[in-house]
Amino acid sequence: MKDMMLELAGGTPGSPLAAVVEKRADIFALTRKTHDAALKPAEPGGLSHGLRAAIACRIAALNGDEAFLKHFRKALQEAKASDAEKRLAELSCTGGDARETALIRHADLVACEPKRASGADIELLSKAGVSEPDIVRLSELVAFVSYQIRVVAGLRLMRGAL
Amino acid sequence: MSQIVQDFTVTVPEWRPHVTPVDLDTATPQQLDALQVTPSNRKISDYVLVLAHDPETLKHRSPLFNAIMYNRGGLSRAEREMGAVAASVVNRCIYCAAVHAERYNQLAKDETAITKVFADSTAADLEPRLKAILDFAMKLSQSPPAATAADMADLKKAGLDEEEILDLILSSSLFGWANRLMHTLGEPVAP
Repeated sequence: MKDMMLELAGGTPGSPLAAVVEKRADIFALTRKTHDAALKPAEPGGLSHGLRAAIACRIAALNGDEAFLKHFRKALQEAKASDAEKRLAELSCTGGDARETALIRHADLVACEPKRASGADIELLSKAGVSEPDIVRLSELVAFVSYQIRVVAGLRLMRGAL
Repeated sequence: MSQIVQDFTVTVPEWRPHVTPVDLDTATPQQLDALQVTPSNRKISDYVLVLAHDPETLKHRSPLFNAIMYNRGGLSRAEREMGAVAASVVNRCIYCAAVHAERYNQLAKDETAITKVFADSTAADLEPRLKAILDFAMKLSQSPPAATAADMADLKKAGLDEEEILDLILSSSLFGWANRLMHTLGEPVAP
Protein backbone atom coordinates (compact mmCIF):
# COMPACT_ATOMS: atom_id res chain seq x y z
CA MET A 1 0.00 0.00 0.00
CA LYS A 2 0.99 3.61 -0.56
CA ASP A 3 0.49 5.82 2.46
CA MET A 4 1.63 9.29 3.54
CA MET A 5 2.59 8.21 7.05
CA LEU A 6 4.34 5.06 5.85
CA GLU A 7 6.44 7.24 3.53
CA LEU A 8 7.18 9.75 6.30
CA ALA A 9 8.35 6.83 8.46
CA GLY A 10 10.74 5.77 5.70
CA GLY A 11 8.77 2.62 4.83
CA THR A 12 8.45 1.57 1.20
CA PRO A 13 5.53 -0.37 -0.34
CA GLY A 14 6.19 -4.09 0.09
CA SER A 15 8.46 -3.57 3.11
CA PRO A 16 7.85 -5.42 6.42
CA LEU A 17 6.59 -2.14 7.94
CA ALA A 18 4.09 -1.74 5.08
CA ALA A 19 2.77 -5.24 5.84
CA VAL A 20 2.09 -4.28 9.49
CA VAL A 21 0.47 -0.96 8.51
CA GLU A 22 -1.69 -2.80 5.95
CA LYS A 23 -3.43 -4.63 8.81
CA ARG A 24 -4.82 -1.31 10.01
CA ALA A 25 -5.45 0.10 6.51
CA ASP A 26 -8.81 1.59 7.61
CA ILE A 27 -7.09 3.73 10.26
CA PHE A 28 -4.43 4.98 7.87
CA ALA A 29 -7.08 5.84 5.24
CA LEU A 30 -9.11 7.83 7.81
CA THR A 31 -5.92 9.58 8.93
CA ARG A 32 -5.25 10.70 5.33
CA LYS A 33 -8.81 12.09 5.12
CA THR A 34 -8.43 13.96 8.41
CA HIS A 35 -5.08 15.34 7.24
CA ASP A 36 -6.77 16.88 4.20
CA ALA A 37 -9.69 18.16 6.31
CA ALA A 38 -7.27 19.88 8.71
CA LEU A 39 -4.77 21.22 6.13
CA LYS A 40 -6.96 22.02 3.11
CA PRO A 41 -10.64 22.01 4.08
CA ALA A 42 -13.34 23.03 1.59
CA GLU A 43 -14.49 25.70 4.07
CA PRO A 44 -11.31 27.05 5.71
CA GLY A 45 -13.11 29.79 7.70
CA GLY A 46 -10.61 32.36 8.97
CA LEU A 47 -7.63 29.99 8.62
CA SER A 48 -6.42 29.88 5.02
CA HIS A 49 -4.73 26.79 3.62
CA GLY A 50 -1.44 28.72 3.61
CA LEU A 51 -1.77 29.69 7.27
CA ARG A 52 -2.63 26.10 8.19
CA ALA A 53 0.43 24.77 6.35
CA ALA A 54 2.59 27.42 8.06
CA ILE A 55 1.33 26.38 11.51
CA ALA A 56 1.91 22.72 10.65
CA CYS A 57 5.52 23.61 9.66
CA ARG A 58 6.01 25.17 13.10
CA ILE A 59 4.69 22.06 14.87
CA ALA A 60 7.02 19.85 12.81
CA ALA A 61 9.96 22.12 13.66
CA LEU A 62 9.04 22.22 17.37
CA ASN A 63 9.04 18.41 17.34
CA GLY A 64 12.38 18.36 15.51
CA ASP A 65 10.86 16.28 12.71
CA GLU A 66 12.65 16.99 9.42
CA ALA A 67 10.47 14.67 7.29
CA PHE A 68 7.27 16.34 8.47
CA LEU A 69 8.83 19.78 8.02
CA LYS A 70 9.58 18.92 4.40
CA HIS A 71 6.06 17.53 3.96
CA PHE A 72 4.37 20.67 5.30
CA ARG A 73 6.73 23.02 3.41
CA LYS A 74 5.51 21.30 0.27
CA ALA A 75 1.91 21.92 1.47
CA LEU A 76 2.88 25.58 1.99
CA GLN A 77 3.99 25.79 -1.66
CA GLU A 78 0.90 23.97 -2.91
CA ALA A 79 -1.36 26.32 -0.93
CA LYS A 80 0.25 29.30 -2.72
CA ALA A 81 0.89 30.81 0.70
CA SER A 82 1.44 34.57 0.91
CA ASP A 83 4.85 35.90 1.92
CA ALA A 84 3.45 36.74 5.37
CA GLU A 85 2.23 33.16 5.78
CA LYS A 86 5.58 31.79 4.64
CA ARG A 87 7.29 33.91 7.29
CA LEU A 88 4.97 32.44 9.96
CA ALA A 89 6.25 28.98 9.11
CA GLU A 90 9.61 29.98 10.64
CA LEU A 91 9.90 29.63 14.43
CA SER A 92 11.79 32.94 14.59
CA CYS A 93 8.62 34.74 13.43
CA THR A 94 6.22 35.69 16.21
CA GLY A 95 3.45 37.10 14.02
CA GLY A 96 2.85 40.21 11.92
CA ASP A 97 -0.25 41.48 13.75
CA ALA A 98 -2.20 40.80 16.95
CA ARG A 99 -4.32 38.04 15.44
CA GLU A 100 -1.36 36.19 13.90
CA THR A 101 0.62 36.57 17.11
CA ALA A 102 -2.24 35.09 19.15
CA LEU A 103 -2.75 32.21 16.70
CA ILE A 104 0.87 31.09 16.63
CA ARG A 105 1.36 31.63 20.36
CA HIS A 106 -1.54 29.28 20.99
CA ALA A 107 -0.46 26.74 18.35
CA ASP A 108 3.07 26.57 19.81
CA LEU A 109 1.74 26.24 23.37
CA VAL A 110 -0.71 23.43 22.55
CA ALA A 111 1.88 21.60 20.45
CA CYS A 112 4.60 21.69 23.12
CA GLU A 113 2.97 22.08 26.51
CA PRO A 114 -0.74 21.31 26.29
CA LYS A 115 -0.85 20.74 30.05
CA ARG A 116 -0.14 24.45 30.63
CA ALA A 117 -3.11 25.61 28.51
CA SER A 118 -6.17 26.98 30.30
CA GLY A 119 -9.29 29.04 29.75
CA ALA A 120 -7.14 32.20 29.88
CA ASP A 121 -5.43 31.12 26.65
CA ILE A 122 -8.76 30.78 24.86
CA GLU A 123 -9.64 34.29 26.12
CA LEU A 124 -6.41 35.65 24.61
CA LEU A 125 -7.48 34.26 21.23
CA SER A 126 -10.97 35.81 21.55
CA LYS A 127 -9.50 39.17 22.52
CA ALA A 128 -7.25 39.08 19.45
CA GLY A 129 -10.34 38.71 17.28
CA VAL A 130 -10.22 34.94 16.63
CA SER A 131 -13.79 33.62 16.24
CA GLU A 132 -15.01 30.54 18.13
CA PRO A 133 -15.14 28.36 14.99
CA ASP A 134 -11.58 29.44 14.17
CA ILE A 135 -10.45 28.56 17.72
CA VAL A 136 -11.77 25.03 17.18
CA ARG A 137 -10.27 24.82 13.66
CA LEU A 138 -6.86 25.87 15.03
CA SER A 139 -7.09 23.40 17.91
CA GLU A 140 -8.00 20.50 15.60
CA LEU A 141 -5.10 21.33 13.30
CA VAL A 142 -2.54 21.40 16.11
CA ALA A 143 -3.98 18.32 17.82
CA PHE A 144 -4.17 16.29 14.62
CA VAL A 145 -0.63 17.13 13.50
CA SER A 146 0.62 16.22 17.00
CA TYR A 147 -1.08 12.81 16.62
CA GLN A 148 0.38 12.27 13.17
CA ILE A 149 3.92 13.11 14.27
CA ARG A 150 3.69 10.60 17.15
CA VAL A 151 2.32 7.80 15.00
CA VAL A 152 5.19 8.26 12.54
CA ALA A 153 7.78 8.49 15.36
CA GLY A 154 6.46 5.13 16.58
CA LEU A 155 6.49 3.62 13.08
CA ARG A 156 10.14 4.62 12.63
CA LEU A 157 11.04 2.75 15.82
CA MET A 158 9.08 -0.28 14.57
CA ARG A 159 10.86 -0.12 11.22
CA GLY A 160 14.22 -0.14 13.01
CA ALA A 161 13.22 -3.27 14.95
CA LEU A 162 11.65 -5.34 12.12
CA MET B 1 -19.57 27.88 39.95
CA SER B 2 -18.37 24.28 40.29
CA GLN B 3 -14.84 23.52 41.40
CA ILE B 4 -12.22 22.73 38.73
CA VAL B 5 -10.79 19.23 39.24
CA GLN B 6 -6.99 19.53 39.58
CA ASP B 7 -5.91 15.98 40.51
CA PHE B 8 -6.11 12.68 38.66
CA THR B 9 -9.21 10.69 39.60
CA VAL B 10 -11.26 7.74 38.38
CA THR B 11 -14.45 9.66 39.20
CA VAL B 12 -15.35 11.08 35.80
CA PRO B 13 -15.80 14.87 36.12
CA GLU B 14 -18.14 17.03 34.08
CA TRP B 15 -16.61 19.04 31.26
CA ARG B 16 -17.20 22.79 31.07
CA PRO B 17 -16.43 24.24 27.63
CA HIS B 18 -14.49 27.48 27.07
CA VAL B 19 -16.05 27.72 23.58
CA THR B 20 -19.83 27.84 22.97
CA PRO B 21 -21.10 24.42 21.82
CA VAL B 22 -22.93 24.39 18.48
CA ASP B 23 -26.71 24.69 18.96
CA LEU B 24 -28.44 21.76 17.25
CA ASP B 25 -31.40 23.97 16.35
CA THR B 26 -29.21 26.32 14.29
CA ALA B 27 -26.57 23.81 13.12
CA THR B 28 -25.79 23.61 9.39
CA PRO B 29 -26.62 20.44 7.41
CA GLN B 30 -22.87 19.73 7.29
CA GLN B 31 -22.57 20.01 11.09
CA LEU B 32 -25.60 17.73 11.58
CA ASP B 33 -24.07 15.20 9.20
CA ALA B 34 -20.71 15.25 11.04
CA LEU B 35 -22.56 14.92 14.38
CA GLN B 36 -24.57 12.01 12.98
CA VAL B 37 -27.71 13.61 14.40
CA THR B 38 -30.87 11.64 13.75
CA PRO B 39 -34.38 12.14 15.19
CA SER B 40 -33.61 9.37 17.71
CA ASN B 41 -30.08 10.62 18.47
CA ARG B 42 -30.09 14.19 19.74
CA LYS B 43 -28.12 13.51 22.92
CA ILE B 44 -24.66 14.79 22.06
CA SER B 45 -21.99 15.85 24.54
CA ASP B 46 -20.90 19.48 24.80
CA TYR B 47 -17.39 18.34 23.82
CA VAL B 48 -18.56 16.94 20.49
CA LEU B 49 -20.84 19.98 19.97
CA VAL B 50 -17.78 22.23 20.42
CA LEU B 51 -15.87 20.16 17.85
CA ALA B 52 -18.82 20.60 15.46
CA HIS B 53 -17.50 24.12 14.79
CA ASP B 54 -15.09 22.24 12.48
CA PRO B 55 -17.36 19.64 10.83
CA GLU B 56 -14.82 18.57 8.19
CA THR B 57 -12.41 17.07 10.75
CA LEU B 58 -15.19 15.90 13.09
CA LYS B 59 -16.69 13.79 10.32
CA HIS B 60 -13.59 11.54 10.26
CA ARG B 61 -12.67 11.82 13.94
CA SER B 62 -15.41 9.55 15.31
CA PRO B 63 -14.84 6.57 12.98
CA LEU B 64 -11.08 6.98 13.40
CA PHE B 65 -11.38 7.05 17.19
CA ASN B 66 -13.58 3.94 17.17
CA ALA B 67 -11.25 2.06 14.81
CA ILE B 68 -8.19 2.77 16.97
CA MET B 69 -9.82 1.91 20.29
CA TYR B 70 -12.19 -0.92 19.26
CA ASN B 71 -10.93 -2.62 16.05
CA ARG B 72 -10.73 -6.41 16.32
CA GLY B 73 -7.43 -8.22 16.92
CA GLY B 74 -4.14 -6.73 18.01
CA LEU B 75 -3.68 -5.14 21.41
CA SER B 76 -6.26 -5.95 24.12
CA ARG B 77 -8.94 -3.36 24.86
CA ALA B 78 -7.55 -2.82 28.37
CA GLU B 79 -4.00 -2.22 27.12
CA ARG B 80 -5.25 0.30 24.52
CA GLU B 81 -6.95 2.13 27.40
CA MET B 82 -3.61 2.15 29.26
CA GLY B 83 -2.06 3.78 26.16
CA ALA B 84 -4.77 6.45 26.40
CA VAL B 85 -4.20 6.95 30.13
CA ALA B 86 -0.42 7.25 29.65
CA ALA B 87 -0.83 10.11 27.15
CA SER B 88 -3.47 11.78 29.32
CA VAL B 89 -1.17 11.71 32.36
CA VAL B 90 1.73 13.25 30.39
CA ASN B 91 -0.57 15.98 29.04
CA ARG B 92 -2.40 16.32 32.39
CA CYS B 93 -5.79 15.91 30.76
CA ILE B 94 -7.71 15.09 33.95
CA TYR B 95 -10.95 14.42 32.09
CA CYS B 96 -9.53 11.97 29.50
CA ALA B 97 -7.43 10.27 32.20
CA ALA B 98 -10.54 9.68 34.34
CA VAL B 99 -12.68 8.29 31.52
CA HIS B 100 -10.01 5.92 30.26
CA ALA B 101 -8.73 4.90 33.70
CA GLU B 102 -12.29 3.89 34.58
CA ARG B 103 -12.51 1.84 31.38
CA TYR B 104 -9.14 0.23 32.05
CA ASN B 105 -10.23 -0.75 35.56
CA GLN B 106 -13.46 -2.29 34.24
CA LEU B 107 -11.73 -4.22 31.45
CA ALA B 108 -8.71 -5.36 33.49
CA LYS B 109 -10.80 -5.98 36.63
CA ASP B 110 -8.01 -4.33 38.58
CA GLU B 111 -7.65 -0.90 40.17
CA THR B 112 -4.12 -1.17 41.55
CA ALA B 113 -2.29 -0.36 38.30
CA ILE B 114 -4.15 2.92 37.72
CA THR B 115 -3.72 3.91 41.36
CA LYS B 116 0.05 3.50 40.93
CA VAL B 117 0.11 5.36 37.58
CA PHE B 118 -1.81 8.31 39.03
CA ALA B 119 0.42 8.43 42.12
CA ASP B 120 3.83 7.72 40.63
CA SER B 121 3.51 8.49 36.88
CA THR B 122 6.66 7.25 35.07
CA ALA B 123 7.93 5.61 38.27
CA ALA B 124 4.82 3.42 38.70
CA ASP B 125 5.79 -0.09 39.84
CA LEU B 126 3.87 -2.40 37.47
CA GLU B 127 4.28 -5.95 36.14
CA PRO B 128 6.82 -5.98 33.27
CA ARG B 129 4.43 -6.08 30.31
CA LEU B 130 2.25 -3.23 31.58
CA LYS B 131 5.35 -1.27 32.63
CA ALA B 132 6.84 -1.55 29.12
CA ILE B 133 3.51 -0.35 27.68
CA LEU B 134 3.29 2.60 30.07
CA ASP B 135 6.92 3.65 29.56
CA PHE B 136 6.70 3.55 25.78
CA ALA B 137 3.37 5.39 25.62
CA MET B 138 4.49 8.09 28.07
CA LYS B 139 7.72 8.72 26.18
CA LEU B 140 5.96 8.82 22.80
CA SER B 141 3.54 11.38 24.28
CA GLN B 142 6.25 13.88 25.19
CA SER B 143 7.04 16.89 23.01
CA PRO B 144 9.13 16.09 21.05
CA PRO B 145 8.38 12.35 21.24
CA ALA B 146 11.10 10.74 23.37
CA ALA B 147 10.60 6.99 22.83
CA THR B 148 13.78 5.21 21.73
CA ALA B 149 14.91 1.96 20.14
CA ALA B 150 15.53 0.65 23.67
CA ASP B 151 11.88 1.30 24.61
CA MET B 152 10.80 -0.53 21.45
CA ALA B 153 13.09 -3.44 22.39
CA ASP B 154 11.48 -3.50 25.86
CA LEU B 155 8.03 -3.89 24.29
CA LYS B 156 9.23 -6.88 22.28
CA LYS B 157 10.99 -8.37 25.29
CA ALA B 158 7.74 -8.00 27.24
CA GLY B 159 6.04 -10.15 24.59
CA LEU B 160 4.18 -7.65 22.42
CA ASP B 161 3.97 -8.62 18.74
CA GLU B 162 4.03 -6.14 15.86
CA GLU B 163 0.27 -5.73 15.59
CA GLU B 164 0.03 -5.06 19.31
CA ILE B 165 2.83 -2.50 19.14
CA LEU B 166 1.13 -0.70 16.24
CA ASP B 167 -2.12 -0.53 18.23
CA LEU B 168 -0.23 0.90 21.21
CA ILE B 169 1.39 3.56 19.01
CA LEU B 170 -2.03 4.44 17.60
CA SER B 171 -3.92 4.54 20.91
CA SER B 172 -1.36 6.66 22.75
CA SER B 173 -0.92 9.01 19.75
CA LEU B 174 -4.70 9.34 19.43
CA PHE B 175 -4.75 10.78 22.93
CA GLY B 176 -2.00 13.22 22.00
CA TRP B 177 -4.79 14.51 19.73
CA ALA B 178 -7.77 14.13 22.10
CA ASN B 179 -5.95 15.65 25.11
CA ARG B 180 -5.01 18.71 23.05
CA LEU B 181 -8.72 19.33 22.45
CA MET B 182 -10.33 18.22 25.70
CA HIS B 183 -7.81 19.93 27.99
CA THR B 184 -7.56 23.19 26.02
CA LEU B 185 -11.16 23.81 24.87
CA GLY B 186 -12.72 23.25 28.29
CA GLU B 187 -12.05 22.16 31.85
CA PRO B 188 -13.05 19.31 34.19
CA VAL B 189 -15.39 20.31 37.00
CA ALA B 190 -16.64 18.35 40.01
CA PRO B 191 -19.89 16.59 39.13
